[in-house]
Amino acid sequence: MNLSRRKFLILLPAAALAWESIKAGTPEAAPNYNVSQHWWAMLVDIEKCIGCGSCVRACQKENDVPDGYYRTWIERYRISEVDGVENIQVDSPDGGKNGFKPSNEQGLKEFFVPKMCNHCADSPCTQVCPVGATFASPDGVVLIDQKYCLGCRYCVQACPYGCRFIHPETNTAQKCTLCYHRITQGLTTACCEVCPTAARQLADLKNPKDPIHEYLRTHSVQVLKPHLATGAKLYYNGLDGAVR
Amino acid sequence: MKFKDAEHLLRMAFLFVAGLIVFVLLRNALVPRSFGQYGHYRGDALGEIKARPVAYAGHGTCETCHSDVLEVKDKGKHTHVACESCHGPLAKHADDPTAVQPEKLDTRVLCVRCHEANSAKPKSFPQVVSADHSAGLACNECHKPHTPVIEAEAKATGGKKK
Ligand code: HEC
Ligand code: HEC
Ligand code: HEC
Ligand code: HEC
Repeated sequence: MNLSRRKFLILLPAAALAWESIKAGTPEAAPNYNVSQHWWAMLVDIEKCIGCGSCVRACQKENDVPDGYYRTWIERYRISEVDGVENIQVDSPDGGKNGFKPSNEQGLKEFFVPKMCNHCADSPCTQVCPVGATFASPDGVVLIDQKYCLGCRYCVQACPYGCRFIHPETNTAQKCTLCYHRITQGLTTACCEVCPTAARQLADLKNPKDPIHEYLRTHSVQVLKPHLATGAKLYYNGLDGAVR
Repeated sequence: MKFKDAEHLLRMAFLFVAGLIVFVLLRNALVPRSFGQYGHYRGDALGEIKARPVAYAGHGTCETCHSDVLEVKDKGKHTHVACESCHGPLAKHADDPTAVQPEKLDTRVLCVRCHEANSAKPKSFPQVVSADHSAGLACNECHKPHTPVIEAEAKATGGKKK
């Protein structure tokens, strides 16, 4: 018994130490920017997109996206009807970075669809991460912790929109951050900044003054793959039913 | 003698508590402080992602120094086209305008990115078939990039495409 009392006395400070390290304070949140006051989304107006590829180029420069990988890209849809059956062709040369060659076919329904991460509120990609490296931030942006990512590729497969890739050098998953480093200091995203026709617009759903609210009221806006109930926040105006 | 019987239990209890403490200490050493701050992830990651420097300064920044250009541009059709949409990322230039000079632009490449005729573009967007329209001339031989509509011609032709 003497023995265990001594040991008990040795244990006490150790236990105190453990308790201290549990209680240690949480790190300070960034000043000026309050995560709880924002809920980011994006609006894409298909009727305005001219497929110039400015957004793709700007995204690559802003975020050092390696060649051949895209955090945002543009698809061109060309839809014809053959014997009453819709024939859908989609192309995206270099992600639409350098624009699109004019097509010579006549009488097609044609349009551009800019794509990127949908920043889903209930995202499958964050649910499959085994280490908590990808997550939806309190302000509604799906992000990846580059220091925590193992590069296991679960999330790449889980994303229904194909928005993630493995960076060839870091071997970690990467994707659109909604230019988190820009929007948290009051700038818009790089793609929205350079879009000449305002086909892309950053929107803050928690800001009552944001024009998005009026827009959503007056337009019939859709998201991609609504049946998956991912809570996608990339709202499309003028989206054709053929777009997947 | 009663105690003696219980000693092995105490030993077990001691081992258990010691194990628990080792676990708690290890866990606290290995799990980052900010893990769980907002959810099942490292809260500090937000700050790290935020810390990335910007490449595109934003048109508001350009306008503080180049208000003359802005004034001109706002009168023309390119009023909604941001400076860096044509001039490229210039945050470094905005920080130190004399050290970092913007690249000279080749309008033959620049303008057709947006204006080359393509049937997938919205019909309302002004488009030209550059081969017919400019015949290899640089676009700024005739158009001023910041106020692209050619006034005299626009009046004469009613702004119609030729
Ligand atoms: C701090 C003030 C400042 C800001 C901000 C700034 N500029 Fe400048 N810029 C200058 C000055 C000064 C010069 C002239 C430099 C020289 O000739 O040595 C210049 C030159 C230029 C030129 C080249 C002019 C020429 O004759 O070739 C371009 C193009 C330009 N700026 C575009 C931009 C754009 C686009 C932005 C926004 C990202 C921007 N600038 C932001 C001060 C600024
Ligand atoms: C439609 C594309 C376009 C946009 C938008 C644009 N520029 Fe330019 N800018 C040009 C081109 C092309 C030139 C080169 C003109 C030349 O060489 O004749 C130029 C030249 C300049 C120059 C050199 C001096 C001059 O006035 O010619 C400055 C400074 C400049 N731009 C600043 C700006 C700023 C600031 C903005 C935003 C308010 C802006 N530009 C928006 C295309 C653009
Ligand atoms: C980043 C895309 C972009 C670039 C690059 C660009 N423009 Fe434009 N341009 C536009 C937009 C957007 C409009 C406005 C269209 C509208 O009013 O619907 C426009 C309008 C015009 C118009 C007026 C057409 C009309 O009659 O309404 C002319 C002319 C023009 N641009 C010429 C040029 C020239 C010349 C250049 C190269 C210096 C150029 N643009 C570069 C996007 C661009
Ligand atoms: C030889 C002079 C000349 C050159 C070079 C030239 N343009 Fe034009 N452009 C004109 C005239 C004249 C008009 C009609 C007046 C107007 O709308 O500005 C015009 C009109 C336009 C329009 C408006 C068309 C519409 O439907 O309203 C666009 C867009 C345009 N040009 C783009 C370009 C581009 C891009 C280039 C370079 C590849 C270019 N221009 C080179 C003279 C020229």
